[in-house]
Amino acid sequence: MTLASIIFAGILTYFTRMTMIALISRDLLGDKIKAVLEYVPSAVFPAIIFPGIFINDYGAFIEMNDPKIFGALVAVIVGYFSKNIIATISAGLVSYWFLIFVVFN
Amino acid sequence: MLTKKQLFTRGMLDISPHMLSVIPFGIICGAIGVDLGFNPYLVYAMSFIIFGGASQIVFLQLLSGGASSLIAVASVGIINSRHLLYGAVLSEYLEKLSFIKKLLISYFVVDQGFAESNKFFKKNRTEEYLHYHLIGTGCTLWVCWQIATLSGIILGSFVPEELGLKFTIPLTFIAIVVQDLKKLDHVIVMITCGLSSLLFFDAPFKSYIIVSPIIALFVASLLLRLKK
Repeated sequence: MTLASIIFAGILTYFTRMTMIALISRDLLGDKIKAVLEYVPSAVFPAIIFPGIFINDYGAFIEMNDPKIFGALVAVIVGYFSKNIIATISAGLVSYWFLIFVVFN
Repeated sequence: MLTKKQLFTRGMLDISPHMLSVIPFGIICGAIGVDLGFNPYLVYAMSFIIFGGASQIVFLQLLSGGASSLIAVASVGIINSRHLLYGAVLSEYLEKLSFIKKLLISYFVVDQGFAESNKFFKKNRTEEYLHYHLIGTGCTLWVCWQIATLSGIILGSFVPEELGLKFTIPLTFIAIVVQDLKKLDHVIVMITCGLSSLLFFDAPFKSYIIVSPIIALFVASLLLRLKK
């Protein structure tokens, strides 16, 4: 790893952040595209959530009885009703820990 | 009308719960770099220059696995290309800023910060200094990320791996999208994206991270057409 490669990666990353904010005028986007952009969070974040749950560190699918599935379900339910981020994350994590340290131990 | 300071503070408060996942992830990220045998200064330089959690880890892993720099840099670009979508959404609220301010604020656009500021923007469209909320979320994330990766680099992985703290990453994003489960169209878009990401997980350059949102947005456009 060289500093030059990091700088290239950094410049590339910065361009992904800056292009649509500073370079592309919003008038270029049609009304249809603007309407679809409403869905960006729902269309992007599951690509981080699903692999984080269903794929393990070695790139393989987990078993259907994996504690992460249970933890994620608890987080969804707690999050849905509590509307609280800390409660959502803690509930998911604690139920996951309960399974790996107490039940499966 | 809220003052700049109030908006900045509001941004800091809105993002702070996500530190439950950002801080452990940052520590892991710093520790991995050192574990893989890279120069600690360069590992830290990534946090400052790239400032993008998942892409930093992939960059390290690819290079330590013997991939060429070109492939590693390209992968970072592809993983981070999702920011183009965030920028397109945020541009609605940042339109009035000067070019220089747009250039500066862009550096702070990160997943969680985008998500929380976008939620705030939607509810408070009329505020004059809206962008201070984004600066608040962005700066908080930035400071915590620098401290967390630095501690990982200096102290090593003092967070035991058995705790499985990487699992807080999907949890943090569940907390972000969970309220949209009330809307059927959003549920369809989320499931499309999630299933595509599993289907294309092995696609080269980690491209699943941008391919699945594009598929999901295409489905969203079909849904919008049906709604009419």
